[in-house]
Amino acid sequence: MAYEEPIRDYDELVENCTCAFCGCNCDDLTYLIKDGHVVGVRHACRLGASKVMEDMDQRLLVPMIRNDEGNLVETDWDTALDKAAELIAGAVRPVFYGWSETSIETMKHGIKLGELVGAVLDNQATICHGPSLQAVQNAGYPVNTLGEVKNRADMIVYSGNNAMNSHPRHMGRYSAFPRGYFRKRGRFDRTIVTMDPRYTDTAKMSDIWVGFEQNGDYEFYNAMRAVLRGKKLKKDVISGIPKEDIEELVEAMKTTQYGSLFFGLGLTHTLSKQRSIDIAINLIQDLNKFTKWNLVPMRGHFNVNGFNIFMAFEMGFPYGVDFSRGYPRYMNGETNTIDLLTREEPDVFMVIAADPGAHFPGGANRHLTNIPVIQIDIHWGPSTELADIVLPGSFIGVEAAGTSYRMDGVPIYMKKAIDKPETCRDDEWIVRELHERVQKIKGEKIASK
Amino acid sequence: MEYIIKNGIVYDPTNKIEGEKKDVMFKNGKIVDNVSSDAKVLDATDKLVMAAGVDPHSHIAGPKLVVGRLYRPEDSRRGVKPKTATTRAESGFSIPSCPATGYRYSRMGYGTVVEAAMPPLEAKHTHEEIVAIPNIDIPALALFGNNWFTLEYAKDNNVEDLAAFISKWLKITRGYGVKIVNPGGSEAWGWGMNVHGLDDPVPYWDVTSREVIHTLAEANESLGLPHSIHLHPNDLGHPGNYETTVGSMDLIKDISKNSPVRDQTVHMTHIQYHSYAGTNWRDFESGAEDISKFINKNDYVTCDVGQITLDETTTMTADAPMEFDLHQLNGLKWANKDIELETSSGIVPFIYSGRNSVHSVQWAIGLEMFLMVNNPWQIMLTTDNPNAGPFIRYPKVISWLMSNKRRTEMIEHGEVHKAVGRKSSLATLDREYDFDEIATISRAAPARAYGFTDRGHLGVDARADIAVYDIKPNEIDPSNEYETIECAFGNAALTVKDGQIIVQDGEIVSTKESQTIWANVQGIEERENEVMKKVMPVFDKYYTIKFENYLVHDHYIHNPIEVNIQAGK
Ligand code: SF4
Ligand SMILES: [Zn+2]
Ligand SMILES: [Zn+2]
Repeated sequence: MAYEEPIRDYDELVENCTCAFCGCNCDDLTYLIKDGHVVGVRHACRLGASKVMEDMDQRLLVPMIRNDEGNLVETDWDTALDKAAELIAGAVRPVFYGWSETSIETMKHGIKLGELVGAVLDNQATICHGPSLQAVQNAGYPVNTLGEVKNRADMIVYSGNNAMNSHPRHMGRYSAFPRGYFRKRGRFDRTIVTMDPRYTDTAKMSDIWVGFEQNGDYEFYNAMRAVLRGKKLKKDVISGIPKEDIEELVEAMKTTQYGSLFFGLGLTHTLSKQRSIDIAINLIQDLNKFTKWNLVPMRGHFNVNGFNIFMAFEMGFPYGVDFSRGYPRYMNGETNTIDLLTREEPDVFMVIAADPGAHFPGGANRHLTNIPVIQIDIHWGPSTELADIVLPGSFIGVEAAGTSYRMDGVPIYMKKAIDKPETCRDDEWIVRELHERVQKIKGEKIASK
Repeated sequence: MEYIIKNGIVYDPTNKIEGEKKDVMFKNGKIVDNVSSDAKVLDATDKLVMAAGVDPHSHIAGPKLVVGRLYRPEDSRRGVKPKTATTRAESGFSIPSCPATGYRYSRMGYGTVVEAAMPPLEAKHTHEEIVAIPNIDIPALALFGNNWFTLEYAKDNNVEDLAAFISKWLKITRGYGVKIVNPGGSEAWGWGMNVHGLDDPVPYWDVTSREVIHTLAEANESLGLPHSIHLHPNDLGHPGNYETTVGSMDLIKDISKNSPVRDQTVHMTHIQYHSYAGTNWRDFESGAEDISKFINKNDYVTCDVGQITLDETTTMTADAPMEFDLHQLNGLKWANKDIELETSSGIVPFIYSGRNSVHSVQWAIGLEMFLMVNNPWQIMLTTDNPNAGPFIRYPKVISWLMSNKRRTEMIEHGEVHKAVGRKSSLATLDREYDFDEIATISRAAPARAYGFTDRGHLGVDARADIAVYDIKPNEIDPSNEYETIECAFGNAALTVKDGQIIVQDGEIVSTKESQTIWANVQGIEERENEVMKKVMPVFDKYYTIKFENYLVHDHYIHNPIEVNIQAGK
């Protein structure tokens, strides 16, 4: 890495800003502001800093509507909002997908709109930690806030997650390195374990790397549980790991004082899907008979957990909530976005702060090319290519304030540091406008009957 | 707009009105003593009229609730109701969604519900849910009993700094009062441990539960907060715990009350769970006699019951070690949440059944407490919602209290296990509550215990929070007509909140935004600043969030009712 000169040319510092990238929700960033732009970011990792610094790269700046030739052309806000409202009001099976990179305040208007038109509201959990949530519903949810890990944990396990790359400050801020109340020497007071088929950057930072076989996670966890319960393992090697190593590891986990397991999509999305998480949760429960253990899913987006929490307190279910019958329904495999799209049910699709174009399977995206798609986002992306109406939003935590929930459920108020580009609007404003306009159309319809 | 509720039979224990035929008038959201001839008449001829209910202890908003809803879709699917022209859709049975919570309390004629446990770090979450709940006013009690700063101050017996810390933290979290849950035990759970009894030192902190409770009570009184300390004592649910409970009440007898708006210096919550004799689950039996005796002799104590309703429910408490034990006992899915520097908490689904001897005896103990505490101002109606049962069962509990016949039936017909006869004295208690006593335990006494002078009664200038029930107190025989009692208390004929008609004939006819009641202590700002100088370095070092982002800003409090208190006055 080349040496970079510190940035000295700025007008103003804004402290305690929150990073709107990963589920670490680091809230200690300092933005260096010059001429209304963030010219430097302190404390953030490269992922977070580049998202903030390059906010104008491929930025969506004006509302657009796709014309008859199939090109997105600039339009004014009124026209774009009216057109979008008309589509939503006329839809039979609308789906509002995304939400994980916007604020709770925006979701509040989204759910009103969803209830009004009988939409399905779903977020990225449907393609990431959805199986983890299913496992939580099967087996339980023993978690802790990240400060518990920092202050108490002397053993930390990363399973199916490469924190060093996906959540770069996780180890530094919350787990391996910080000096905690009961772990005054920080890293020296802790044992770090990585359970992952790959020898990742996180594994390189760890004291122990358990490189079990691809898709061997369930069997491996099962073996750990068996050993913990005093059973003798019959095979010498399990999922590629010698049984002596498993026994040694379990002994260490059992005799540690406070253990913390962080798992990622590498555990959630292997062959056994939610069953891998079931058994990880069961393992944590078993370990608590001997000592203290908790786990935390490494949530990706900074507000993916927030949407699940928000939907749960508003309607009782975490994601994939279908209002088409006038009451909330949540049925995995039925009311989730991918299933709906592959069954070609939706007739209007609104995507907010997400990129299905980049992340959905082909079959699902194929249906998106056949129906009207409304996009609310700040950057041009594959989903823009699918969109028929584009509504440029603003950047939460930089240009607009709002609430998010960290991976461990800690709520954070993300403040605003600079003004948004003049032609953009806040997500919250856009969704509220849509709600009001749809309400008006629906009202007129009832009046004309 | 002016209204007159005409010819109802009014029970208003605060104002010593006991079943008088009387009009209740209100205007601009307040009770008044006369209205003009334009007033809208709401006929309540011979019907039961009370102030709207006040729930002194219920878990309705915050992180624990959301974990419950996230991990129990099977509960959310119970109680699903489609939206109507006035209401949003509902879901949930023991852990209803926020809208359902508001509507269901309104249907029972309630106007105020205290959220009993708010972890400061996640106070914003609690407040977001309060905003999402319609119709009722909600104060939240902040958790202090295992807070690291509390533990330090308690160890040094530093009442003055602790008082300033509490005063500051109530401002930061927009809390109303001081909640203590399993003092020391929830911190010990940070290591998978617990403390037992009052004198078991908290690991690493060199302080005991006795010291924590005493110091917090002293600090609470030195500030003169409108509510006393609110104590969930140690050893919840353990056979033989009644000694710890008596000890917990006894240890603050030397503390003098410093508030004119309430009578107690300690409120003991879900006392049912703390009134167990015996030494294990085999010889487990009721300890209600000792507890009620103590309460009858000591008017500085109030309590709420936490009545078992014999339902499938979701238990949730900041008493996390207890929840893990419960999970070990029933094998149902265990959720846990430890919160840095502040508390832990746990959640486990639980199926209370009349066929189970222990559950039945627990059921009996709650009723014994209701019947053996003489002064209804000292005992309040709760199910520790949703721990002992969901709050929608209050009408059922009321029917049990008013009907010895029904209780006897349940015991004799095998609706509860026969152990009730051997292990409790319930069958020998023939006391039946009258409407005045019901009004006391469900509105007047809770309001008094919280120092709410503006609600819980129907005096002039009180908020127009009113409930009318479709029963005729002068005609009904509750002992025989217990089903009518249950039905009426569950479907208010009229619920008025701040002068707005919310419920008519058991249906929601309008909704309003909830209001957040919080306690703002004034006069010791300098002391607070001094304390913060010492708190901040610790905060910055050990929390994982910046202080600026820890504060609950105005943004999260949509309709505040700020109760201003002059410290020490
Ligand atoms: S770790 Fe995540 S939240 Fe923290 S600065 Fe990096 S990207 Fe942002
Ligand atoms: Zn409690
Ligand atoms: Zn409680």
